[in-house]
Amino acid sequence: MNIALTHLQRLEAESIHIFREVAAAFAKPVMLYSVGKDSSVLMHLAMKAFYPAKPPFPFLHVDTTWKFREMIAFRDQMAQKLGFDLLVHVNEDGVRDNINPFDHGSNTHTHVMKTVALRQALDKYGFDAAFGGARRDEEKSRAKERIFSFRNAQHVWDPKNQRPEMWKIFNTRIATGESIRVFPLSNWTELDIWQYILQEDIPIVPLYFAKERPVVERDGMLILRDDDRMELRPGETVENRLVRFRTLGCYPLTGAIESDADTLEAIVGEMLTARTSERQGRLIDRDEAGSMEKKKREGYF
Amino acid sequence: MRHIMAESLAPTDGIRDYLAVQERKSLLRFLTCGSVDDGKSTLIGRLLSDTKQIFEDQLSALERDSRKHGTTGDDVDFALLVDGLEAEREQGITIDVAYRFFATPKRKFIVADTPGHEQYTRNMATGASTADLAIVLIDARQGVLRQTRRHSIIASLLGIRHIVLAVNKIDLVGFDKAVFERIIEDYRQFSHQLGFETIVPIPMSARYGDNVSSRSDKTEWYSGPTLIEHLETVSVDDAVVELPFRFPVQYVNRPNLDFRGFAGTIASGSVSTGDEVVVAKSGKSAHVRRIVSHGGDLSQAVAGQATTLVLDDEVEVSRGNMLVSPAARPQVADQFAANIVWFDEHALLPGRSYILRTETDQTSATVTDLKYRVNVNDFAHEAAKSLEMNEVGICNISTRAPIAFDTFAENRTTGAFILIDRITNATVGAGMILHSLRRAENIHWQSLDVGKHGRADLKNQRPAVFWFTGLSGSGKSTIANLFEKKLFATGRHTYILDGDNVRHGLNRDLGFTDADRVENIRRVAEVARLMADAGLIVIVSFISPFRAERRMARELMATGEFVEVFVDTPFEECARRDPKGLYARALNGEIKNFTGVDSPYEAPENPEIHLKTLGKSAEEMVEALELWLNERDIAENQYDSGGGI
Repeated sequence: MNIALTHLQRLEAESIHIFREVAAAFAKPVMLYSVGKDSSVLMHLAMKAFYPAKPPFPFLHVDTTWKFREMIAFRDQMAQKLGFDLLVHVNEDGVRDNINPFDHGSNTHTHVMKTVALRQALDKYGFDAAFGGARRDEEKSRAKERIFSFRNAQHVWDPKNQRPEMWKIFNTRIATGESIRVFPLSNWTELDIWQYILQEDIPIVPLYFAKERPVVERDGMLILRDDDRMELRPGETVENRLVRFRTLGCYPLTGAIESDADTLEAIVGEMLTARTSERQGRLIDRDEAGSMEKKKREGYF
Repeated sequence: MRHIMAESLAPTDGIRDYLAVQERKSLLRFLTCGSVDDGKSTLIGRLLSDTKQIFEDQLSALERDSRKHGTTGDDVDFALLVDGLEAEREQGITIDVAYRFFATPKRKFIVADTPGHEQYTRNMATGASTADLAIVLIDARQGVLRQTRRHSIIASLLGIRHIVLAVNKIDLVGFDKAVFERIIEDYRQFSHQLGFETIVPIPMSARYGDNVSSRSDKTEWYSGPTLIEHLETVSVDDAVVELPFRFPVQYVNRPNLDFRGFAGTIASGSVSTGDEVVVAKSGKSAHVRRIVSHGGDLSQAVAGQATTLVLDDEVEVSRGNMLVSPAARPQVADQFAANIVWFDEHALLPGRSYILRTETDQTSATVTDLKYRVNVNDFAHEAAKSLEMNEVGICNISTRAPIAFDTFAENRTTGAFILIDRITNATVGAGMILHSLRRAENIHWQSLDVGKHGRADLKNQRPAVFWFTGLSGSGKSTIANLFEKKLFATGRHTYILDGDNVRHGLNRDLGFTDADRVENIRRVAEVARLMADAGLIVIVSFISPFRAERRMARELMATGEFVEVFVDTPFEECARRDPKGLYARALNGEIKNFTGVDSPYEAPENPEIHLKTLGKSAEEMVEALELWLNERDIAENQYDSGGGI
């Protein structure tokens, strides 16, 4: 056996260590499962961390009701295959008020259907620790966040007053009502994620692979018209184009890229020569400067 | 890496080969530190830009932000690339550590950009704790500042052995060699006692890129490496694989009755199936039967791997304990000396109780002695009553339960801890263990195969320590003697430890001062514990006037084993009986420190057995004791057969 661990082995070990620490130190952890590629990696690591046991916590999907249909199908298929405990939460208040990205804009939609929904779910079940798949290379405010990120009883992140985080010694102590968001993938980069998916043969939603899909060009983005809730504006047409997604979220807010990368190797190759960051396809980050930090302070993952 | 691909754009089938090369690259974790405005964030922005890590959309956002918040006129302000918090961008300072990632054809890097303000020292320490190298930035116009020294000390304490002395803004001093050399000299002057293995000074301008990734034509007098060249080649291997095996147990994985695995990350060394390992705190040993991994069992695992071990023997191990090499064991102690870096606005106070956490263990701890504080300017050791925020000191620490550890110098993982405030749960300090304070540090618990219960079972009894306390002449020895005779007659195995007798031998060196009385009781309590461990029913007949020492004796014994017997005879009655003529002499002032006369007796508050002797015979007292013992044994037998173990 080779004594020096490879880069991915080191990252994997660090993530597994974090999973186990939470399982050992918290009363009621949960894993936020967003169905994307990072979530797939996170889930794979959770399965490894507790093998031969199953992860000793449920997986929670906050469903905005605007996710790609293929994501929902994939989610249910994975839950069945791996036998984990899947919780799905929808903000019923938002559904009642018909909150949607077209009429209310990405900001309100994301706040109500994602941030508020998440807070509702965490309160409903009383979770004291929640795993998320965020990486520090994604965005500037994420680069500043601790692996164990403290939230007060109102789920608020105080970026100016984070706990020191020394070595691998994590302060897991919280008072009643407070919670911790935990990011096992903090030190992974987008390349690491793809490389790991390739190495471990981790299943991902087919939307990541290029295929002819019905898209509409809107606001400089290619939006996949996933159902007829998306009404066409005057002059818009649906075209079949060879596209794929670098990142997945609510379909009206997630831009596709034109690509013929239909294998993992091709995706990695494309990524290596990419000239824009993956979050560019996300409408929500563009609303205003520092918008991610604002969302995070409010309780967004 | 991106620019490499751009040059030799590999076809799809070449991707796996390319990735295999990426996989083999080594990783260097480093931080940038130094005083405010020395250009830390700008340097990182420069590194990311020069290594093509900035995407087009990020670059255009940066250009936008530079016009809004930038401090560099019309140029792009690279600091805005890493100062990701709104408060930071508004104030133009770095508050918290940012982690950024980049790679060159030779290496991968994780860089922690840490704040320079003294107020945010704890965030600098956070970044330093996981780094192998520190880039200490110095503004060529300012030279070595107080924060330069503070950060260098903290880097040194946290185990960083490699320093790059980045003399930045060299363009603003006209690329002057003399300035550069004077700063090097200043830095070496103060840092020679910090134990750095390498200090590599580089003149640079982070803003314009001089000597960052390419050699500057304005510093022809400089022949050393560029920053990137040095970062790509510096060797920081600390060879933790060569150290003795340490496996802090993080989580016991027990999905069903047939599987009991100990999960954790190997802190140092390696382990193979069949190896003998020892449980650090108990000294019990077992062999590794399986090294479990998701993809199939392994035959060996090494430092850094998160793994699950299954042992061949049902030894008691839980989170916080450590599986270790039998040949080179860690220390197990409840007192040790440590370097402390204090983070909290509420000062560290000796005597206050904190929560101490190692990687997997947790106990309460107090600082028993703050030996000195380190002055960050001249390294002078200063006497101090407390450690204020951002100060560094050396302390003696006492923990409620022993912990297993190595010194921080030997092992960065098993020699470190944090302190947590009990009320706010804030992380208030970080500690690096220097050495154990017990002379017994090299005496490990020897695990013995015959146990206490076995020895007691053979005697067909349950061990107990009957601790008789009461004034001199209260009747302790008389009752104890009769009690032992009765027990002996019914086939029990007993021993009496009598105060006077023990003072003729084991404790002949002790007098009657309070300090000697405490030591007298401590020794007797330890002997009683050993005898109870041997399975005996022990009768201790000692005045033992202080509650604190009786409590200490109680805490030494197993639960339910310590039976406090208050032989309650009023002072006047004892003085009247005066069997040894001592009261008369004490009351005359001929004997000093006599309990009840000029030394206090603290009566028990909740003794298991309270014997009021006035008007009663010794036989009646002993009957009460026998009754108590029988009831206990019946109760425990019922419990045992019902509950099992």
